[in-house]
Amino acid sequence: MNIMTEQSLENAVGDKMNAKSNEVIKMRGDKVGVFYGEKQALFDVNLDVRLNQVTALIGPSGCGKSTFLRCLNRMNDTIDSARVTGKITLDEEDIYDKNIDVVELRARVGMVFQKPNPFPKSIYENVAYGPRIHGLAKRKADMDQIVESSLKKAAIWNEVKDRLQEPGTGLSGGQQQRLCIARAIAVSPEVILMDEPCSALDPIATARVEELIDELRQNYTIVIVTHSMQQAARVSQRTAMFHLGYLVEEGATDKMFTTPDDKRTQDYITGRFG
Amino acid sequence: MTDIPMDTMVRAAAHPRRDIGLKARYAAERRFRIYGAVAISVGLAFLAIMLITIVSKGYTAFWQTTVSLPITFDEKVIDPSGKRATDPSVLIKANYPKLAENALVAKLGISPDDKPMIQKLKGFLSEGARVQLRDIVAADPSVIGTTRDVNILAAANLDSAFKGQIDLSVEEARRKVSDQQITWMNKLKAEGAMAEHFNSGLFTYGASSRPETSGMGVAIIGSFYMMVIVLLLALPIGVAASIYLEEFAKKNRFTDLIEVNINNLAAVPSIVFGLLGLAVFINFLGMPRSAAFVGGLVLTLMTLPTIIIATRAALAAVPPSIRSAALGLGASKMQMVFQHILPLAAPGILTGTIIGLARALGETAPLLLIGMVAFVADSPKTPFDPATALPVQIYMWANEAERAFVERMSGAIIILLVFLMAMNITAIVLRRRFERRW
Repeated sequence: MNIMTEQSLENAVGDKMNAKSNEVIKMRGDKVGVFYGEKQALFDVNLDVRLNQVTALIGPSGCGKSTFLRCLNRMNDTIDSARVTGKITLDEEDIYDKNIDVVELRARVGMVFQKPNPFPKSIYENVAYGPRIHGLAKRKADMDQIVESSLKKAAIWNEVKDRLQEPGTGLSGGQQQRLCIARAIAVSPEVILMDEPCSALDPIATARVEELIDELRQNYTIVIVTHSMQQAARVSQRTAMFHLGYLVEEGATDKMFTTPDDKRTQDYITGRFG
Repeated sequence: MTDIPMDTMVRAAAHPRRDIGLKARYAAERRFRIYGAVAISVGLAFLAIMLITIVSKGYTAFWQTTVSLPITFDEKVIDPSGKRATDPSVLIKANYPKLAENALVAKLGISPDDKPMIQKLKGFLSEGARVQLRDIVAADPSVIGTTRDVNILAAANLDSAFKGQIDLSVEEARRKVSDQQITWMNKLKAEGAMAEHFNSGLFTYGASSRPETSGMGVAIIGSFYMMVIVLLLALPIGVAASIYLEEFAKKNRFTDLIEVNINNLAAVPSIVFGLLGLAVFINFLGMPRSAAFVGGLVLTLMTLPTIIIATRAALAAVPPSIRSAALGLGASKMQMVFQHILPLAAPGILTGTIIGLARALGETAPLLLIGMVAFVADSPKTPFDPATALPVQIYMWANEAERAFVERMSGAIIILLVFLMAMNITAIVLRRRFERRW
């Protein structure tokens, strides 16, 4: 407990209270295992992701939390040697089912990456790309509308509204990451996966992104991988602790950070290993 | 600050220094720098010698001596029997050199009856005068009976003499230009009738046994056709193959084998590709010999590995984060490749293609085997007509003994080098301009 401030703990508890009424399961992992070639990276993970909540995945490096995150929108498909066992559902539908198209799945489950990765195109094009390939806007005016509302939701509109035609790569790191979030929002996903979205950002930019995550929770279900204990406590309602490919413990964030059941969780959040 | 205790200073100075071999290390570094500088200087010196030799021998090829003569298109010479109205072939077969000779005799003030002197005029004007005057008459038969100033090509030997390339101290019998011709040449030069002009024929004429009427026209057209064919075939095939191998194909033994083979193909001597072209395209598929089309196909085979290797490197250099970004948004693999990866890899692909083309442009050996070393006087109308190529033309001129051919060979080398430099500079500019935009 020594690493958390009273303030952030109160926030976490407060958020938990507000979200109490909402306990719909959006995504569910059932005995999920992942193999890279012969090596098994993830073992029998059972984890629920609840609607309109932020679920934080924590754990030491190499524990499988990013691997699990990438299973949720089948980004592991792009790795030839990767193989997924078990079952993952989105609204009760198995996302690894043959009838599910991976392109459609990724439109429903968007992703924000560790390093800001805007396309080397204009800010406008970065946001418009997703809606365009999915045919979400028929006319230019519709597209303008989508771009504007996405940038507003990502809390970057005021900073870029006068320079939409400038390259997205010319923004600062924090702005780039919020642009990437806007890009993910633009295709109206149901779930947004974030893989250590603040690890390449300075503390001020991190604070902006964290505020943003909290706002986005109103409309989206968010799963975030983070190395920062404080961040998990600040932004998430539920936390899952991974270790060596196993899910150690999962529960409400306030409980996880105050009275964890597992000794490994206790040790990790107090900084004894990691 | 000034009152540092004396004993500490003394101790500092007396502190035993470890020998860590600094002197030897610095000496080694100095030696290495000298080796490097020497190696580069030697390379540059050879390059300079080569360029100076070629340019000093070749720049005169771009100038050609002509004699300006008032040619009287005498009907008695062109059409003595007056049959040209019914038989147009008369105009083709007429004795045009006689017209030029008559004009020169008049110009030099030689008596038309002085046969021995007229005999000495032989070899003063180019045999090309026949074609030159015939073309004038053929274009406009009404010129017959009138007089008009025409720049007649001087013969190659006179051209060389005019440019000061013939050693006049050599005994007259042993050189190709007589004293009398030199006298006439100086007289015409003084009158301003004999002068050097830009040698446009070098770029338009085909093969000829006379240096003054031979040029690289056929070779330039042949090389142009081949470059177009290589570009049209090798670029799409190479890029498609690379995209498939790099982005879509599973990485397994079979693709490893393909990769090894592509790398090996890039190192296969070009003459082997020539043999392949001869066996497959000409003997088996029955395509025409000496044709630019077959040359283009052979050079395509030769250029493909280069383009594939460059394209794959360019594709692989696009950061994985861009791929993830596109896939994470729900782009299909095809959309990811064509909307993100390919545009970012384009500069690298273009650079590789231009370098591959430049290599193909300078390639000689495979073209010799498919018969593009032929004596082709007429410009090829289509890629299926016999043609030669720039480096082959250089090779053929290098086999000639006459001074004027050596000059033309050097001129052709200059032109080829200019083309190659232009292509390589384009590649460098493209690379600089579009490099790393993320």
